[in-house]
Amino acid sequence: MAEISAENIGKRTKKEQRREFWRSVKRSKECYGMIAPFMLFFIIFTVIPVIMSLPMGFTDFNMAEPPKFVGLSNYATLFLSDKVFIRSIRVTLVFALLTGPVSYVLCFLLAWLINELPPKLRTLFTLIFYAPSMANVYTVWQLIFSGDMNGYANSFLINTGLIRAPIQWLTDGRYVLGVTIVVQLWISLGAGFLALRAGFQNIDRSLYEAGAIEGIRNRWQELRYIILPSMGPQLMFAAVMQIVSSFTAGTVAQNLVGFPSTDYKAHTIMTHAYDYGWVRFEMGYASAICMVLFAAMYICSRLISRLLGKYTD
Amino acid sequence: MTNTDKLKASNRQAGRKHGGTIAIGLFLAVTGLFMVLPIYLTIVMSVKPVEELFIFPPKLYAVRPTLDNFRDMFRDLNSNRVPFSRYVFNSLAVTVSVTVLQCIFSSMAAFTLAKCKFPGSKAINNIIVVALLYQSNVICIMQYIVMSKLHLIDNPLALILPSVASPMGLFLMRQSITQIPDAMIEAAKVDGAGLFRICWQIVIPNQKPALMTLMIFAFQGAWNMQAGSWVFKEQYKTLPTVVTQAAASGLAKAGVAMAAAVFMLLPPVIFFMLAQRQVIETMAHSGIKE
Repeated sequence: MAEISAENIGKRTKKEQRREFWRSVKRSKECYGMIAPFMLFFIIFTVIPVIMSLPMGFTDFNMAEPPKFVGLSNYATLFLSDKVFIRSIRVTLVFALLTGPVSYVLCFLLAWLINELPPKLRTLFTLIFYAPSMANVYTVWQLIFSGDMNGYANSFLINTGLIRAPIQWLTDGRYVLGVTIVVQLWISLGAGFLALRAGFQNIDRSLYEAGAIEGIRNRWQELRYIILPSMGPQLMFAAVMQIVSSFTAGTVAQNLVGFPSTDYKAHTIMTHAYDYGWVRFEMGYASAICMVLFAAMYICSRLISRLLGKYTD
Repeated sequence: MTNTDKLKASNRQAGRKHGGTIAIGLFLAVTGLFMVLPIYLTIVMSVKPVEELFIFPPKLYAVRPTLDNFRDMFRDLNSNRVPFSRYVFNSLAVTVSVTVLQCIFSSMAAFTLAKCKFPGSKAINNIIVVALLYQSNVICIMQYIVMSKLHLIDNPLALILPSVASPMGLFLMRQSITQIPDAMIEAAKVDGAGLFRICWQIVIPNQKPALMTLMIFAFQGAWNMQAGSWVFKEQYKTLPTVVTQAAASGLAKAGVAMAAAVFMLLPPVIFFMLAQRQVIETMAHSGIKE
């Protein structure tokens, strides 16, 4: 009974609902004013290009001629006959599953441990861990993992007697992915880490004091009962940043182990898209690749948002 | 309580043992060493003379440190038709404008999206996250089309306007502002304050850690931005574009590349230190109070 009557009310007042909607739009004038400057630039430089790029996955587009509509054929080729793409999915998954969670946990753990230090040391350590994401130092990694005896890694291992002959870190198919993962982890304490640091700094000190009175005895309990519940939003932010950086990784590999990497061992989906887009100028196909990647990242972010739901609401 | 008293109190938090703090310090120092090593090597190599770059075993320090690499880099940069100071000025102007505008716009929008319910607010919040996740190499083509329609190609504004609204900055601020108690905002509303005043007088002063983080991101992003595909006139180019040009030719010029990396790293690091110090100072005597 209740349901039916509720439905009826809905039907009867559809017109009124619309009027109510416009009234609330008018009432929120101030809100629209506040977001207007951001939205103006966001729409022009992000939303419009994104919307324009959406249909490109269904076209054949080489940047010289106007795009031709080809339906789903890009996607069919991708999944049915592009063996390198299937391989790149595997590489991306291995890569994302290894670097994503590890660096997410590292971001939180290090941010927390830094917070436990005396205030003067905090800035120093935050800088130390964040510095790699400010620097652009692929060249130094190339020298560290250089394949001759001059490479730091090789010379260290030779001197300690662990290996006899230098290892070709950057070209041997067995090491390519591992090296890329190490470097990716090294630069991965980025935006998420810093946002978590800010989250820690935002926790009201009186909460700790109250906790101490309530009988919290050690750091673990403090983490469990005070810190985690008040860090939900930052945890979500860090998760989204982590998803983006681990799924779209590709620049590290391209700069480090070359493009294409030996035997496609470090060939991620993003590298594949780069290959088709900027090397072969098949933009339509590249755009289809990116759509697949976006779908995967979106699903992943929904899952994490569900997991963190307890803390974010 | 004075500052130092409070800081002391913070060290006396629940069950703090000195041993634990020292263990944490040691752990961080060891992990930190791994993190710093490549950067340390970059700095060392930037002052190594060429003949030291390829000796075996490679040394962790420079035997005869030299500034030759830096001199070479500056000489390369100065040999362009445009004086080096012009690039520095361009870079600073772009970085400062982007940082200031991005912080103002993101703060206002983030506060409104976090704390006000209005038609479309939920949709916009979702669009922001989607925009963060959506990466496609077609976007930059579309951006180019949009910018050429707006006559922004080869216009110095092309270096600033596209970076002014960053979904990441907004998302960061929005997440942080949701933690402010509604009661605080309601109280200000009752006192008759408009959204603009609430934002700048109550919310943002309480959000220094997030704001400083946003400033660091904005500064770093703008400073390192490669806008080579939008601006072609030499007098509008910024440092990242020309420094990459000067340093790009493989391992033979490794020393110069290292010098360039060190040179480009300095301003963000200094800015980072200044911003972080701000946060820690404010932490000693503030917090969100209901």
